[in-house]
Amino acid sequence: MSVATLQLPDYREQSPAVAARFQRIRERPVVLSIRDLLKNFETKDGSHVAFQKLSLDVHRREFICIIGPSGCGKSTLIRIVAGLEDSSAGEIRIDGHPVSGPGPDRGMVFQGYTLFPWRTVRENVMFGLEMRGKDASTADVEARQWLDMVGLTKFESSYPHHLSGGMKQRVAIARALANEPRILLMDEPFGALDALTRAKMQNYLMQIWRKVEVTILFITHDLDEACFLADRIVVMGSNPGRLVEVIENPIPRPRSTDLLLSPEFLSLKHRLEELIHGPAETDEEKVPMIKLTEAGDEVE
Amino acid sequence: MGLRDRLGLRHELPPRRRFVLLLLSFLLPLAAWSIVSYTPWIWHPLERVTDPGGVDYFLPGMDVDRAVFAKETAKAVQQGLKPPVGHPVNPKYLPPPHKVALAFFTAFATPPRLPSEPWLYQSFEQSISTIFWGFVISSILGVPLGILCGTYRVFARLGEPFIEFFRYLPAPAFGALCVAILGIDDAPKVAIIVIGTFFQQVLVIANTVRKVDPALIEAAETLGARGLRLLTKVVIPATIADVYLDMRILLGWAWTYLIVAEVFGTMSGITFFITLQGRYNQYDNVYAAIMMIGVIGLATDMTLAWLATILFPWKRRRPAGVRKPKAIAQAEVLEELAPSLNPFTEPAPAASEGLSGEGASPLQSEA
Repeated sequence: MSVATLQLPDYREQSPAVAARFQRIRERPVVLSIRDLLKNFETKDGSHVAFQKLSLDVHRREFICIIGPSGCGKSTLIRIVAGLEDSSAGEIRIDGHPVSGPGPDRGMVFQGYTLFPWRTVRENVMFGLEMRGKDASTADVEARQWLDMVGLTKFESSYPHHLSGGMKQRVAIARALANEPRILLMDEPFGALDALTRAKMQNYLMQIWRKVEVTILFITHDLDEACFLADRIVVMGSNPGRLVEVIENPIPRPRSTDLLLSPEFLSLKHRLEELIHGPAETDEEKVPMIKLTEAGDEVE
Repeated sequence: MGLRDRLGLRHELPPRRRFVLLLLSFLLPLAAWSIVSYTPWIWHPLERVTDPGGVDYFLPGMDVDRAVFAKETAKAVQQGLKPPVGHPVNPKYLPPPHKVALAFFTAFATPPRLPSEPWLYQSFEQSISTIFWGFVISSILGVPLGILCGTYRVFARLGEPFIEFFRYLPAPAFGALCVAILGIDDAPKVAIIVIGTFFQQVLVIANTVRKVDPALIEAAETLGARGLRLLTKVVIPATIADVYLDMRILLGWAWTYLIVAEVFGTMSGITFFITLQGRYNQYDNVYAAIMMIGVIGLATDMTLAWLATILFPWKRRRPAGVRKPKAIAQAEVLEELAPSLNPFTEPAPAASEGLSGEGASPLQSEA
């Protein structure tokens, strides 16, 4: 089957509006600064590289997606930024101050929801506020506001196991945002959701991000998700884990489902495919044909 | 409904059948017992003499082996004496159900034979107080230690190897020591229950606490919790319901130690009552007392289970197959309809029609 090849624009081409937007982003202060960070795992067989030295600056209100094949160290990277793991070398600064260990300035949303099952939805959102020493009534009021933001006011008294996956993740987002973190870290937050719910959640997240002035570092292995959400896409490679390229997303905002057809989207996705899976190959030559039901074919 | 449906693997049972099966689980053993007790030709190895006739050593009310009875009857007939009269009975140690049922009331109402002997309720009072204090003392020490061992590696490494060794020492083996140290009254009995429960308790609870999802602790850390607050605000609430369940099981074990413990020093409590009734050949009372232990145990456990649903409301799960709570089902529908939150949920543009089935997001574009 022959496919007509579209003439795609270069993924680095930006419309004047997009270029101006990136100019504005670059002028904003740096919230998260990763400098020469590297991580080795020590095992019995010696030292394994999780990812090689990498550096990255994330500006205020920027939405960064980190994308890469499994084993590229993207999850390790975000866990180090969150302070849940130690790096082997390098430095992480938030607003210019070096950080080590987890802290409420870096909110985290995990793939596995991690809601506290013994707390109601509202009490879950209140957790961080309590930890930061807010008194119960203030925490209560603020928690309600955040739940309103994610549209779960009706469920404030439910326990997490009564919620669907998407709702749970919205509570987790509200819980992380309630701490007013400098940066929101999201580790494949929608990876466990079904396709329809995931699409909805991406929309929710875009809206929340527009309403709340928050910087987001988002890990995904879904190219479309990255194209839809990110300002910049950080592409990582595996064997060894490393930073391959940082791409400025040429798709203009606000974005909607229409961008499915936009040439910017196709060229961007094409480039991501290339970076992650290598240059396009013709699969037909590689995959042997297997005839499963000869008998059935004859009957037909 | 076919047999296959009735025995379907992990099928939910309708409530009615659940109830019937519950009844049957008690009625079947009772039926077996009744058959053995009330059917004269099943078992009944003895003959109860009602009229000794010409046999000089028979007395009314005496139980003799059926073979002996037959032999003596034959002998008496041969000697031209009046043959003895009797009817088949089971041994005294297997009283029929109705006598045991009766004993449930009479055992409480009958005063003891000697003023020094306890009433049944007094025996139970003493036993329950022994087990209560034994379990409370064990828990005051064991629960915190178990939680510490389950949370911090240091405590686990320091405490658990010795406890692991100690729990293999049978608690009753410490009976003589307990009596020597604590005297002959209730104290050594409480001590044996503590020894029997404590070491298991630490290990079981430590294991339960170790099962806390580490992701919850990480989540709490990223929300600003640290140090002791991770223990009090995350680990303990995350495990408390499971620890409670452990405690219910451990309480059952404590009952088994009770009967052994009460033998040491002056025999006391329900063990003393049972031993005494055995000595008086009042086996109906013995059965009644044993069953009462079961009833008390079951009632305690059911009370604790019910209490758990109040204490740990988040553990109340609807059983599989039961409909979602109405409010949630409704809200999910509302959510589907709520346009304010979902600007992009209007019918997808025609362009996205006919896309391959594995579309993962509204942006999935390969066709």
